[in-house]
Amino acid sequence: MNKGMAPRESEGMTPIIKTVALALAVPITVFGLYIIAHGHLTPGGGFPGGAVIATLVALFLIAFGKDIGARALNKKMFSGLETVGLVGFALLAFLGLGSSFFNNFLANSPGLFGMAIPFGPNPGFMWTAGTIPLMNLAIGLEVFAALSLIIILFFTEGEDK
Amino acid sequence: MIFEVVQGVLLLGIVATAFKALNNKDLLVGTIFLAAMSLLLSAEFYLLQAPDVAIAEAAIGAGLSTAIFVMAIKKTKRWEDEKGN
Repeated sequence: MNKGMAPRESEGMTPIIKTVALALAVPITVFGLYIIAHGHLTPGGGFPGGAVIATLVALFLIAFGKDIGARALNKKMFSGLETVGLVGFALLAFLGLGSSFFNNFLANSPGLFGMAIPFGPNPGFMWTAGTIPLMNLAIGLEVFAALSLIIILFFTEGEDK
Repeated sequence: MIFEVVQGVLLLGIVATAFKALNNKDLLVGTIFLAAMSLLLSAEFYLLQAPDVAIAEAAIGAGLSTAIFVMAIKKTKRWEDEKGN
């Protein structure tokens, strides 16, 4: 063992870090989902929200070590989620082809997120902006899955020293 | 006046933590100082009314890149040797 490193990687870190990681799981996920869901009203959106949730994967891998992490976090699942996010984003863009690519066909319609935005200063309403919240959701899923996949591969592949 | 003082303190903190991150033989300590610099930079972005960039900086800079650096240090070595590599 080299100078002052944590215990063996396969066992993870101390129980204090494991407990804190478990306690932080729900707040981090909720905050990330909040950033994604309010992407069309407040600062943030799909990319920062997905990155926030992906930090949870990194935290779990560091806290619980390689063995548990590699067993619990399936690479194929994250690869599939990434595909779902990308295909959903492209599909939403192509669905607007009635008039133009990326046309916001859901805004000001009776459909999903179709509420017309009231005139003047207002606090911002969730049920507005048409395809933008759905695209934020797709981007969030894609970024979360891709960054998690990068972190998992980075952590599980290769030799340990 | 208070705004300038807070900003000056933040900027001095950014420079100090960046210097400590570079000028350290222990790479793990350097990584933690880099995360602290990222956090201060995120606060500075927020003060300059760019909350979107601040959120991204806090998530990527302080969260993800720290984790990736810690993993890289685990797979290589923790201490810089005398020759500087």
